[in-house]
Amino acid sequence: MAVTVTRPEQIVDVGLGGGPRPRDGNGFHKNGGSHDGDGGDGLNFSPARYRIGVWVAIGSILMLFVALTSAYIVRSASSNDWKPIAMPKLLWLSTALILVSSITIEVSRRSLKRNNNGAYSRWLINTVVLGAGFVVSQLFAWRQLVRQGVYMASNPYSSFFYLFTAAHGLHLLGGIFALTYLLLRTTKKRATIDGELRRIGAADAATIYWHFMDGLWVGLFALLIFWR
Amino acid sequence: MAEATHPEVHRHPAPTGFIRKYIFSLDHKVIGIQYILLALSAVVVGMIMSVLMRVNLSWPGTHLKIMETLFPQGAPGGVMTPEFYLSLVTMHGTIMVFFVLTTAPQGGFGNYFLPIQIGADDMAFPVLNMMSFWVTFVGFLVLLLAIFAEGNATVGGWISKLGESFAGGSGTVGPIGGWTGYPPLSALGKIAGPGQGAGVNLWIISIAIFCVGSLLGALNFITTLLNMRTRGMSLMRMPLTCWAWFTTAILALLSFPVLLGGGILLLLDRIAGTSFFIPGGLYVSGSTVPLHNGGSPLLWQHLFWFFGHPEVYIAILPGMGATSHILSTFARKPVFGYRAMVFAIFAIGGLGFFVWGHHMFISGMSPYSAVAFSILTLSIGVPSAIKTFNWLGTLWGAKIRFTTPMLFAIGFVSLFVAGGITGLVLGQTSLDFFFHDTYFVTAHFHLVMGVASIFGMFAATYFWFPKMFGRMMNESLGKFHFWITFLGVYAIFVPFHAMGLLGMPRRYASFGEYEFLKNSHSLVLFVTIAAIITVAVQVVFYFNFFWSMFKGKVAGDNPWEATTLEWTIPSPPPHDNFAGVVPVVYHGAYEFSVPGAPNDFIMQTEPEGVALGAELGGASGNGGNGHKA
Repeated sequence: MAVTVTRPEQIVDVGLGGGPRPRDGNGFHKNGGSHDGDGGDGLNFSPARYRIGVWVAIGSILMLFVALTSAYIVRSASSNDWKPIAMPKLLWLSTALILVSSITIEVSRRSLKRNNNGAYSRWLINTVVLGAGFVVSQLFAWRQLVRQGVYMASNPYSSFFYLFTAAHGLHLLGGIFALTYLLLRTTKKRATIDGELRRIGAADAATIYWHFMDGLWVGLFALLIFWR
Repeated sequence: MAEATHPEVHRHPAPTGFIRKYIFSLDHKVIGIQYILLALSAVVVGMIMSVLMRVNLSWPGTHLKIMETLFPQGAPGGVMTPEFYLSLVTMHGTIMVFFVLTTAPQGGFGNYFLPIQIGADDMAFPVLNMMSFWVTFVGFLVLLLAIFAEGNATVGGWISKLGESFAGGSGTVGPIGGWTGYPPLSALGKIAGPGQGAGVNLWIISIAIFCVGSLLGALNFITTLLNMRTRGMSLMRMPLTCWAWFTTAILALLSFPVLLGGGILLLLDRIAGTSFFIPGGLYVSGSTVPLHNGGSPLLWQHLFWFFGHPEVYIAILPGMGATSHILSTFARKPVFGYRAMVFAIFAIGGLGFFVWGHHMFISGMSPYSAVAFSILTLSIGVPSAIKTFNWLGTLWGAKIRFTTPMLFAIGFVSLFVAGGITGLVLGQTSLDFFFHDTYFVTAHFHLVMGVASIFGMFAATYFWFPKMFGRMMNESLGKFHFWITFLGVYAIFVPFHAMGLLGMPRRYASFGEYEFLKNSHSLVLFVTIAAIITVAVQVVFYFNFFWSMFKGKVAGDNPWEATTLEWTIPSPPPHDNFAGVVPVVYHGAYEFSVPGAPNDFIMQTEPEGVALGAELGGASGNGGNGHKA
């Protein structure tokens, strides 16, 4: 590829502008919508940063749960003291709440894309409420179990049950924290293109994370139900 | 258009106050130096522990006044107890692996140079970067607390107030179970021996905190490299250092969560009464362990080594990257087989996830899985050999400039081969049955992951010091440091192989009672003297490091005549690295001795057609790999 000799300051432009760039082809540059390219140019902000960051974070959280669920499967086969507990009915409510919250956050994100800031914050609030409802429902499920005399140390199944719900709950609280940040800091349109890209990038990242929390819970719940 | 982006160029303005500038700094360069200083402090603790161990092995019953003062219970009369020795083994390993070999290569040099080498003004998430250092630092403090919680009755008394499982003050300097913390003994609490109460709890908490810090760092490295490369910095034009840091970050990202998960389970076994790892019917220290049943100690080994094996590559890959970079620079030749080097890094990193079982050959695993793990382990020899071959190819026929960083880089190659070759011995089940838990294993991993990685970091320090501090380190002191250290580490670890062949077991506090080891005492003594000399000569390095910071010869922008982006900017670099200018890259990272070029090196930023004759104009365009010329 013949690269013309260009003075650096001529090449600098904001992400939205596009235009010919002396960029080599390589697989890491996916086009992410209206703006041009995910490739950074070092000193400029590229909105893909938040998305990449959240996917990388998801990779590491997934590995944590892969480790814990592998331990669950190994432990279930390693002795005869494995006693599944009666699953609290409330967990179905939790599951319903978090599934619906995935829909509401998607609606919220799409409202932002359509520049409807009112709907964006409304649906964000709905999502936070549903997320908080999920956490409360999980806590009540714990209380139910404690009333039945099922504790962390009762048997390995209950140990893993409390561990999974607690670990997932903590990560979900992180998600609620992120959504609260969005509500406090990103509900108003920003003046600059860069500010808008950051706003959309942050909302995208939080949405991806929230869907992951939803999927993770469904996976853990299924494991707890079907691998008893 | 240039004006439009200027507000973005300074994403965070240069700080003015002392605290924002040097303590809670967002600047990746300051954070990198903080990591390096943390490693330089931690390694002193680790080295003192190793000398104490050697002294005990060679001259059992040595009276040390300071030990009596600091640890009146662990070293009554200044003479260390066997349990004290075991806790030294544990803490030496933990400190060295986590707070030296993981912090300096990746958190230190990676943090400082990855953004500059790809032409970025900082990491992708500066706040996370700052948090990653301070979280790691807290982890180190908690580990130091473990030393005093067990070793000092007063501190132990305070810790004991946290609950029964935090009983401390048992007269060791931490847990006695080794850095691998195998259950069931690590899961039972103080009944399992001195140091196994508060010591193990604090040890687990420290490592869990460390995991979180490393994960924040890895997240930042990966995002930065994928998202913030400057114009023209295609993946195949990156310096090999960046490839190494990138691969290391991926390994950390995928392996540390597994250790974190295992650590949580272990801690719950200790403080919440669960039985993940504790089997039923255990009889320990004269009594039966109540209330636990059915756990699997092997489960911990699987989780631990799934992390533990990638961890050794986390330690050494940055050293490989630095070595490739430095060999090429001082051989004045392109890296031989750049693409092969990149793929070999990935192959080593990838295979590293499928070989953890070779740490468990004697655990009673199925011989069929052992064979699978064995074959996968031996296959790591292939990418390792590719790398070694290419390093030699880079040196072949070169007019080498024997500077101190070059000497250490060559030393790295030597140590990597010497230590790696015994990996092929230990990777075979039949041989490992004999060598497991002998000094042969200790020799293997010290040479290949310990000393080789450290040589990579010494090379990196001497090489990048002028960029970091604007002054050169003293060459004569550096060469003196190199030769004594190089000969010293071989004098320490080659005899270890012989001890292993004799069947000398690891982790024993003394060998006096064993008839079959009576004749090896002179060997033990020789190693101890070599160790003391080698440790002592590190004082020269520390002196050189801090003295040169203020009194060294002033370095220009590019004292080594190197090609990569960090050498295009002032030493030390300004706050946002490139002073608001976006660097544009036209060349691969290793264009040395290009025919027809006026100099024997072409900077990555040199516009094409200016430095080269017209006939070579297209040599390093799309995907230029640096050795086409």
